[in-house]
Amino acid sequence: MNIKQFFLGVLTLSVMLFVGAQAKAAEPPVKDVKAAKGAVSTANTFNRLLKKDKERNAPPPDDGIHDPGNDGTHVLQPPLIAYDGLPTTEFGNYVDWVKSLNDGLLQPRYDRFDPTVEPLVMDLDIVREVKASMPDVVFPHKPHTQWLHCSNCHPKIFIPQRNANVINMSAILLGQKCGVCHGKVSFPITTKSCTKCHSKPKPADWKPPQSEASIKNPWR
Amino acid sequence: MFKSALLGLLSLMAVLMLPQAAQAEYADVVINNYADAAGMRPAVFPHWYHRIRFRCKVCHADLGFEFKAGGNKITMAKIIDGQFCGACHNGEISWSVENCGMCHSGVPGTPTQIHGSTVQRLVAPTYKSLDKK
Repeated sequence: MNIKQFFLGVLTLSVMLFVGAQAKAAEPPVKDVKAAKGAVSTANTFNRLLKKDKERNAPPPDDGIHDPGNDGTHVLQPPLIAYDGLPTTEFGNYVDWVKSLNDGLLQPRYDRFDPTVEPLVMDLDIVREVKASMPDVVFPHKPHTQWLHCSNCHPKIFIPQRNANVINMSAILLGQKCGVCHGKVSFPITTKSCTKCHSKPKPADWKPPQSEASIKNPWR
Repeated sequence: MFKSALLGLLSLMAVLMLPQAAQAEYADVVINNYADAAGMRPAVFPHWYHRIRFRCKVCHADLGFEFKAGGNKITMAKIIDGQFCGACHNGEISWSVENCGMCHSGVPGTPTQIHGSTVQRLVAPTYKSLDKK
């Protein structure tokens, strides 16, 4: 190591220290930051339409629907107390109701008076092929018949016959077919819940269906 | 004068700092078919509370509740007669109808709805001016 290298090292180190000090000095004092925060419009918050965690499962007096001026509102049970210990999901009530039932954490009655009545459970999966590239839909009768009776869905909402029901996402989102419950009470349609129904991957040789026009002229 | 101005300013600040757009529980049903007109608060039905105790079948198959908010035309006369809510809320399975405020607990003027439903979320919220509150 010669003297030239030593001087170069010292010079670099001092420059770095100087730049660091400058950067520190360039930061505005805390007082100014506070003032700047106050000036930003509250209309421009990040993810303003997403639910904030603290707004989930609000107790009745704070939930915006119940009237806090009503004495009865304060008697009602806050949902979070009831959900203690139940498995969670990312949508709806943020409770996995089906898992809670299967794990025995909930024992809802199937008969109004008699707690010993067992539901008529049917274990039959219905696969519905989806035309588009989404995975095919598997409809499991089992969790549905654990909660519901056949007559709830058949034949008014779903005709119990193969290929007799036209179902699409627009109808579901508007509250028809599956949307009679899903999106109102049972798990809702969000970008996080697609795969709960669309759960069967397409076969490896699957190709998107083509119209006659595109078969005739693939370059169209 | 100065005192009242300060009080006004403080209350304005309190109003501005309140949390915005509180979220009721998913699937809470507000039923306001007749309540507002009769001078009562609308009834709020918490689905979550009931599904912990009963399966869907009990109300929607046995008691004949339609799968539609406000689609059942429930009146107090029917409830006292043992129909709809009155099938359980009769002092035997659950508390009876004299606890008016436990159902009729909604903010007056709230329209009939299923809170947090997909249809409700798909419809864009109406624009609220920041000047008016």
